[in-house]
Amino acid sequence: MTDISRAIRIAVALLTFALGFLLVPRSAFAQHETAADLLDGERAFRNSCANCHGPDGDVIAGIDLGRGRFRRPMTDDDLVRIIRTGIPNTPMPASPMTVEQAQTIVAYLRSVARTRAASVVTGDAARGRAAFQQACTACHRAGGAGARVGPDLTDVGGRRNAVELERALLDPGADVAPANRTYRVVLKDGTAVTGRLLGHDTFTVQLLDTRERLRSFDKSALRELGFVPSPMPSFRGTLNPQEIADMVSYLSSLRGL
Amino acid sequence: MRHPLRPPKGRAIRHCAGEAKPEHFVMWGVASLALATLALVVPLQAQVTFDRVLRGDREPQNWLSYSGTLMNQRFSPLTQITTDNAKNLQQQWVWQARSLEKFEATPLVIDGVMYTVEAPNNVVALDAATGRPFWTYNYTPAPEGRPCCGKVNRGLAILGDTLYMGTIDAHLIAIDAKSGKPVWKTQVAKASERYSITSSPTIVKDKVIIGTGGGDGPIRGYIAAFDARTGQEAWRFYTIPGPGEPGNETWAGDSWKTGGVGVWNAGAYDPETNLVFFGTGNPAPDWDGSKRRGDNLYSDSVVALDADTGKLKWHYQFTPHDELDYDATQVPVLADIEWPDGTASSRSGQQSSSRKVMLWANRNGIMYVLDRVTGEFLKGKPYVKTNWLDGFDAKGRPNRVKFPTPEGTLIRPHVHGGTNWAPPSFSPRTGWFYVATWENSGIVAVEGQFPRTASSNTQQTAMGQTNLVPFFNDDTEPYGVVRAYDPKTLDQVWEFKMSDITWGGTLVTAGDVVFSGGREGYVLALDARSGKLLWRASVGGQVNSAAMSYAVNGKQYVAIAAGNALFAYALP
Repeated sequence: MTDISRAIRIAVALLTFALGFLLVPRSAFAQHETAADLLDGERAFRNSCANCHGPDGDVIAGIDLGRGRFRRPMTDDDLVRIIRTGIPNTPMPASPMTVEQAQTIVAYLRSVARTRAASVVTGDAARGRAAFQQACTACHRAGGAGARVGPDLTDVGGRRNAVELERALLDPGADVAPANRTYRVVLKDGTAVTGRLLGHDTFTVQLLDTRERLRSFDKSALRELGFVPSPMPSFRGTLNPQEIADMVSYLSSLRGL
Repeated sequence: MRHPLRPPKGRAIRHCAGEAKPEHFVMWGVASLALATLALVVPLQAQVTFDRVLRGDREPQNWLSYSGTLMNQRFSPLTQITTDNAKNLQQQWVWQARSLEKFEATPLVIDGVMYTVEAPNNVVALDAATGRPFWTYNYTPAPEGRPCCGKVNRGLAILGDTLYMGTIDAHLIAIDAKSGKPVWKTQVAKASERYSITSSPTIVKDKVIIGTGGGDGPIRGYIAAFDARTGQEAWRFYTIPGPGEPGNETWAGDSWKTGGVGVWNAGAYDPETNLVFFGTGNPAPDWDGSKRRGDNLYSDSVVALDADTGKLKWHYQFTPHDELDYDATQVPVLADIEWPDGTASSRSGQQSSSRKVMLWANRNGIMYVLDRVTGEFLKGKPYVKTNWLDGFDAKGRPNRVKFPTPEGTLIRPHVHGGTNWAPPSFSPRTGWFYVATWENSGIVAVEGQFPRTASSNTQQTAMGQTNLVPFFNDDTEPYGVVRAYDPKTLDQVWEFKMSDITWGGTLVTAGDVVFSGGREGYVLALDARSGKLLWRASVGGQVNSAAMSYAVNGKQYVAIAAGNALFAYALP
C-alpha cells in the first residue's frame, strides 16, 4: 500500500467517522448521562412529574414517558421546554427548574426508554413471524393483518420488553393489562356475549365481541355480567424454547406504523 | 302554580336534626309565603349584606357562598324538586366554557344572576334562567402562577355589589357584580415563590378571607384577611408557626421555612363564637418526612381562628407528620346535632342534647365529629378501607401503624383519599352527611418517593380530567360511591355504588334529593333517605364539582359543571 493510498484511506476513515458522528442520532444531552445525572433525573422526575404522570410515567392516556411515547413526536429540546413552561390549557404546569435540571429528567426518561426497548433475544424474527401468523392471528393483529379480538400487537415491541413478552406467551393470565380484560354478559334471553372490555360505567358496558362487533349494553338489561379469565392459551409445552425465542424476537421487532 | 318553598310531605326544614314540632310548620308556612312572594313578584335587588351571606338559607332562591351558607352544609331549602318528580328533570340550558381546564367552580346566584369562573380566572355573569351571558371579566394570570394540579378555580364570593376571586398567580381581585369591571386587585402572595390560589374566598363581616395554595412546593402557607372595600390586608395567620411560636418545635431544623401547608378550599364561620375554620394542606416535601421530622403543625389540620384578628383559638390535626399527601382540604361542615351529653344515662342511650359540631370526611379515610366550640375530638371512624391507624388516644390523636419503607408498604386509602376536595353535604331534615368517596384504594408507600399505586387501573391524571376515559376496574379495585352517614354513630346508612371513581361532591335539598356525579359523566339524583337512583343525565364529560340549587321566577334549578360546561336542570 502506498503512502498516498494510506493517506486517502485514513482521510476517508476520518471523514466517515466525522460524518457518522454528525449523522448518528444522539441525545442532545449526552453530557448529562452519567449515572449520577441519571439518578438526579430520576429523583427530579419522582418529585416533579410522578404526581401526575405516575411513578412509571404511564398514567396519562396516550403518554408513556418511560417508553418514549408521547402524543406527538418530541425532541429532547421540546421536552425540556415543556417541562419548564408547561402546556397551555392543559393540566401540564410549568416547573420552576433550570434547563440543566430539566435535561436530567429528559436524559433519565430516554435512558429508561432505551433500556425497555432493548431486548436480548436469540430468536429468529422471520421464523417467529411465520409462527405468529399460524398460531396467533386468529385473535391478534399486527400491521393490519389478523383478528381484532385480542389486543392489536402492531407496536407491542415498543411497549413490552422481551421478558414481558415471553411471560405473556408462557403465562398469559398472569399480567393482563386492564385495557385487555375479557368481559362476559348474559342477556335476559340467555344469550351470552364475550369480548374484550372497551370500558364500563355504572349503567353501561362496551365490548368488542368475539365476532369483532362493537357492542354496548345497558347493564339493567343483563342477567349476568362480569370479568372472565383471559382466553389466551399458554404456549408452555406447545412451543419449544427456540420457538418461543423466535416469537419473542418477532414481537420485539413490532414497533408500530 | 308551584310552591317552590313549601316543604314536601309536610316536613319542616330545620337546622337541627330531629323531629319537627307543629309550630315550625306554621312558622315555615308564613316564612315561605313571604319569601315566595319576594322571589316571584319583587326580585331582590338589594346589596348582598354579610347577614344575607351568613344566613343564605333564608333566601333559598339564591346561593350566596361556595356551599350555600357559611356552615358549608350545601343544603338547599328549595322543595320543588322532590323524590317523586325528580325523574322528570330536564336540561334547561348549557353554558360552554372556553377553557379546557377542569370546571371545579360552584356558581353563585343572586336574584336571578349567576356568577361563575371559567378556569383559570375569567368571571362570567349569566342569566340564571337561560344561561345567556351578561358580561365576562377576563383575567390573564402571570405566567409564574404554577399550581401543582391544574389551573383551576373553585368559585367566587360576594359582599355588597362586589365579587371576589382568588387567582392562580396568588392575587385577590374585587370585581363589580353589575359591570364586570375590576374594583381592586391585591397580591396575596408571590406566585414566583410557588404560591397560588384555587379556592373560593370566605366572607366574614367586612373581610375577605383566603388561603394560599401551593403547599406541594416549598412555600410557608398562610390564611389572610383583607378589607372587602379596599383590599388592604387586615391579618395573616401562618399555617406553620414561626420561631418562638407554639408548634414551631414540631418542625425539625429549618424545615418550617419551606414546609408547605397550603390552604386550598373555602372556610366556614360560626357567628356565635366568631370563629372561622379552615382545613390545611400537606407538609412539604410531600413524600419525604425525613426532611421535616415532627408532627408538622398545623399541616393536615383544621384551624379555628378569631375572625377579627386571625388569632388561633384551637386546632385539631387529623394526620400528624403526613407522609402520604393526605392534606385536610375538605370544607369544614358545621351542624347542630343531637349528641350524648356524657352522663351515665346518655351512655345508655337515654339523654342527649344539641351540640355544635363540625363534620369532616377526611382524605385520610377517617370521618370525624369535632366540637366546633372547643375543638374537642368527639368521634372518629374509618368510612372507607383504612389501615394506616389502629385507633385514637383519649384526645383523638391517631395511633399510626403503617409507614413508608424502602421496599414499600401497602397503605389505605390511596393518596387521593377516601374523598378529596369536592364538597360533601348535610341535610338538617335527615340529619345525615352525604359524601362522594373512593373505596378500595391503596398505595404502596416507598420511603422518600412518590408512592406506587396498588391498583393502577384508574387511567387518569392525578387530580382528574375533563373528558370521558375508558374504565376497566373490577370490584376489587378502586370505585366511586356516594354514601350517607349518620353523624351520631358515623355508621353508613346507604350507598349508591358507581363503577368508576369520582371527583364530584354532593348537594342535598329539602326535597330530599341528593345530587352528585363522577368521572363517568353522569349527573345523578338520589333519594336522600334510601340512596335509590331517581334520575340521571349523561353529560359527556367528567363531573369535577358539586351541584348547587337556586330558583328564578318560582322555578327551582340545579346547576352542576361537567367536562368544560355548566349544565342547569329543572322540572318541565
